Amino acid sequence: MTTSSNVSRPDFAVIAAWVKPGAKVLDLGCGDGSLLCFLRDARNTRGYGVEIDDVNVLACFNNGVNVIQSDLESGLQSFESASFDYVVLSQTLQAVKNTERIIKEMLRVSSEGIVSFPNFGYWKNRLQVMAGHMPISETLPYQWFDTPNIHNCTLGDFEEFCHQHGARILERRVMNRDHPITFMPNLLGMLAFYRFEQQK
Amino acid sequence: MQDSGSLGIITPQVARFDVPLHLKSGAVLDSYELVYETYGELNAARSNGVLICHALSGNHHLAGYYDDNPKSGGWWNNMIGPGKSIDTKKFFVVGVNNLGGCHGSTGPASMNPRTGKYYGAGFPVVTVEDWVKTQVRLADHLGIDQFAAVAGGSLGGMQALQWTLDFPERVRHALVIAAAAKLTAQNIAFNDVARQAIITDPDFYGGDYYSHGMVPRRGLRLARMLGHITYLSDDAMAAKFGRELRNGALAFGFDVEFEIESYLRYQGDKFADQFDANTYLLMTKALDYFDPAFQHSNDLSAAFRAAKANYLVLSFTTDWRFSPERSRAIVKALLDNELNVSYAEITSSHGHDSFLMEDRHYHKLVRAYMDNIGI
Repeated sequence: MTTSSNVSRPDFAVIAAWVKPGAKVLDLGCGDGSLLCFLRDARNTRGYGVEIDDVNVLACFNNGVNVIQSDLESGLQSFESASFDYVVLSQTLQAVKNTERIIKEMLRVSSEGIVSFPNFGYWKNRLQVMAGHMPISETLPYQWFDTPNIHNCTLGDFEEFCHQHGARILERRVMNRDHPITFMPNLLGMLAFYRFEQQK
Repeated sequence: MQDSGSLGIITPQVARFDVPLHLKSGAVLDSYELVYETYGELNAARSNGVLICHALSGNHHLAGYYDDNPKSGGWWNNMIGPGKSIDTKKFFVVGVNNLGGCHGSTGPASMNPRTGKYYGAGFPVVTVEDWVKTQVRLADHLGIDQFAAVAGGSLGGMQALQWTLDFPERVRHALVIAAAAKLTAQNIAFNDVARQAIITDPDFYGGDYYSHGMVPRRGLRLARMLGHITYLSDDAMAAKFGRELRNGALAFGFDVEFEIESYLRYQGDKFADQFDANTYLLMTKALDYFDPAFQHSNDLSAAFRAAKANYLVLSFTTDWRFSPERSRAIVKALLDNELNVSYAEITSSHGHDSFLMEDRHYHKLVRAYMDNIGI
């Protein structure tokens, strides 16, 4: 399915391609609910978003998306174990304080987790660090002193993290804007996407 | 007098029901009357009805004014009206005074046709379930098979929840604001102190004060003063009154000195002039008894198994009488049943009373939710 937002949000399309039609989805840090809208339209999904910010919660209401106002950092106690088909953390991982806990909670409430994050190993970021500065780029647009992104990582870092924390990676996509990257993804990829499950 | 978006002059109506009503207590009322008001127009499909359930001291007069009296504004004027969050240009809004009330519906101060005397203490204890039953009969009377939404704050939110449990086919959305799925022990304790204040007033006469030409004003006043403290937050009280003295200096006596004393006494007096003590007792009992999980081995999720509605649950950060935690428990039960639910925790300094206050974010949330309801 192609919609206008499909064109403007290639990252949503990557996630939608992984989600089975009719699935039950939990979107953590759902912002204005546009990913949930996208998945609802493209994959006929149902589910909920979790969001802390008042302005975003209101935007979710306006978008007709189920949203639960709550702080991710305090856990997902409202959600029963294994109650979702997918739990999504879209470009939020790098802003979460307790990364280990959130991944553990994702694996608890859902059979599969989907995570996307800006790849800190992208060559333009590396160049800026080499030049002696924290990177500012399309996917990391903040100054070092006012960034919400406190836990930046590279593809390699995340894969090692999954291995150490009992998450088995099922699939990976790496994107540079709307182009998939397969060659040297940790250097050439801007955004990384992973689908994973609990190590059995 | 009339703000933009006002409904103008409103006239209450009365519906009489002569089919016996079997109450949860086992008591039966042969007949009763409900006073109600409506705002906006019922559409041809009869699909735009919205029922607003009132809280402890509320009534059917939600919005608009009576006879050009500028002091007669409805209790939810800031929420309901043309162009307001609950828009009467879209919805046909119904307000009803609950059975046992003291604003026109049959209650303790009404005549019992069986005895020819005031009901007084003989008026049966009514529950949230009983109220919902009577509201369904009112819906039948109005020709509404299914409400687009049932909404309420506090005790009103409990009724909205009960609607979705008892009549899942007759309500599409429930707006549950500053409510709880059951009262805590602390909450019941406050209610009992209020009741004791009334019952131990020498002018109470076991509830039959009408025939003695008396009103247990002191008890009712105390009950209201106590309630009022619990509806406000510590911060709101500090900000509004602090330790301000009425006359600028200590008087070393027991008359009104601090502004907060003056305020509470004023509120108590005002309330005692216009509310019925027996109704106050009934309303607090309905609060105490509400516990839909009880008959499901205290499993609230099990209680919602038959529910089908979509829900909006709202709480306020400084509400310690019906805290956000109580709302989150409702949300959890709804999530467990995969029901559509949105929940927002609104930052407000006004405690439990926040649900009645004009707050931009709160009203925007309700408006956004109501706008998305199809009719």
